[in-house]
Amino acid sequence: MLKIADKTFESRLFTGTGKFSSAAVMEETLLASGSELVTVALRRVDVNDPQDDMLLHLRHPQIHLLPNTSGVRTAKEAVFAAQLAREALETNWLKLEIHPDPKYLLPDPIETLKAAEELVKLGFIILPYIHADPVLCKRLEEVGVAAVMPLGSPIGSNKGLKTIDFLEIIIEQSSVPVIVDAGIGSPSDAAKALEIGADAVLVNTAIAVAGDPVAMAEAFKMAVIAGRMAFEARLGNQENHAVASSPLTAFLDYEL
Amino acid sequence: MSFKDKFEEYDWEEVKASIYSKTGHDVQKALLAQKRTLEDFKALISPAAAQFLEPMAQLSRKLTQKRFGKTMHMYIPLYLSNECTNICTYCGFSLDNKVRRKTLSKDEILREVEVIKSLGYDHVLLVTGEANQTVHAAYFKEVIQLIKPYFSQISMEVQPLETTEYEELIALGLYSVLIYQETYHKEDYKKHHPKGKKSNFNYRLETPDRLGQAGIHKMGLGVLIGLEDWRTDSFFTAAHLQYLERTYWQTRYSLSFPRLRPFSGGLEPKVEMTDRELVQLICAYRIINEELEISLSTRESEHFRDHCIQLGVTSISAGSKTNPGGYAVEPESLEQFEISDERSPAQIAAMIRERGYEPVWKDWDQVFVQ
Repeated sequence: MLKIADKTFESRLFTGTGKFSSAAVMEETLLASGSELVTVALRRVDVNDPQDDMLLHLRHPQIHLLPNTSGVRTAKEAVFAAQLAREALETNWLKLEIHPDPKYLLPDPIETLKAAEELVKLGFIILPYIHADPVLCKRLEEVGVAAVMPLGSPIGSNKGLKTIDFLEIIIEQSSVPVIVDAGIGSPSDAAKALEIGADAVLVNTAIAVAGDPVAMAEAFKMAVIAGRMAFEARLGNQENHAVASSPLTAFLDYEL
Repeated sequence: MSFKDKFEEYDWEEVKASIYSKTGHDVQKALLAQKRTLEDFKALISPAAAQFLEPMAQLSRKLTQKRFGKTMHMYIPLYLSNECTNICTYCGFSLDNKVRRKTLSKDEILREVEVIKSLGYDHVLLVTGEANQTVHAAYFKEVIQLIKPYFSQISMEVQPLETTEYEELIALGLYSVLIYQETYHKEDYKKHHPKGKKSNFNYRLETPDRLGQAGIHKMGLGVLIGLEDWRTDSFFTAAHLQYLERTYWQTRYSLSFPRLRPFSGGLEPKVEMTDRELVQLICAYRIINEELEISLSTRESEHFRDHCIQLGVTSISAGSKTNPGGYAVEPESLEQFEISDERSPAQIAAMIRERGYEPVWKDWDQVFVQ
């Protein structure tokens, strides 16, 4: 079981809501994924409309909504958006996303840290989307975020764990859960993230744009379970050379 | 430094010759490249690329779906005024076109808004001619404040303004501005814009720089296809986009492909662009720029729009009226141009769903600019 702030999760697969061909396909896919934490872009929903199509399709007891601030460019804008989300969606959980660069959607570390500090003081449970920067993760921990969400590669790129060396450092050093978010392109990427000790992954594009999103969601669900199981079973060390099954010192174990 | 400095490094005829000299081999290289350049773009818009249309379309669809998913953004124009002090050879609002002029009052705007809202829209594009005495920055401020409670996303396609004016409008909730150079051919530009403020080529050319400096969230570029050689004009548009993306890196960019349509007192297009060529151009832009938002207006036919949904386009208008008061107040006032696809937004949304895409009505929130 994974615990983040005041919630526990059986599934270590978190999902997104963008890029689906319809709200109905999105709903079926998310249910197939078993995901219990689903992020939704504030800019895509009409929080004043009780009949908002996307929100209606997300109303399931097992699904916790994680509003995100995608679209904001500064800490100030993020704080406004967070307050709107909290009031409208009745949750103090927030995926903090500040990516002023619309081309690669890479997160702004300075504005993110500023906003995180402010929002934690305002009582929010903050999960910040960030570059795989071990120092930034520790700084965010210090201001009280509930988890960190370093990227595997640029959002939507499906390029997998390009930042794996830094993810390993973050996982080794972190006192809060580490959720690998962005760039995970295949179930094997997700499994790998869990194998190296990530607490969870967040996947959207790889599922939403798959030929069969529902089947892909199930594949990710299984991959995450397998990855975590492998991590807990403790993988054998990799070796750069063959290890003889009859080592040189074996003679010490027996006498002629 | 503005795009004008960059623009002056180019020679129209040299660029044109370079595009027309591209070969099938250049196109193949462009399709296979990991990182594509403006030279690749030249190849993709060249006559040589015509025989690669299907692989270009396949790649364009794949790249579009990866970035935008299976979604199609919906927007609608709201024409506020047809007053104009410019003479433009191709536009129904041209000063020398002797028709009754109209600028909507606040009450009339709200009546138009009521109809637009009933159609389901949350993103409105405000459009005017260029009449700086009556339709000016102060008027736009009033309009934005008036309609802000009804729309998450407010865009504008009006005359070029000053940086400070843009800053003020953005602070009030303006999301994006569309500004079309019409043509990058400086001499022909003068012929098509003989009178009025719009005749100043450089002032218009530097408008995107002023928008970028003002911190606009999104800006849209384009040329009026039919005025000049579309391939050369498109190269300059792509070069302009590349410069803007590198300079104003926090802004999003969109493109439109208005083709000359019949209008009251109309100009025949100098250059015809076929449907196949427009598809080639849409795909070429997508292949060199995965993040670019690409719009298709109701100028295009039903058949063409239905099939372009899956080729690279990311936003579409529907139910558009191109005259001030066209939705409710004065349906018979002068249109800027005739529309081709007359289906209602509900019909277009149904068509989008039938093709396996989701119509997106809301993709922004005013809370971001409080």
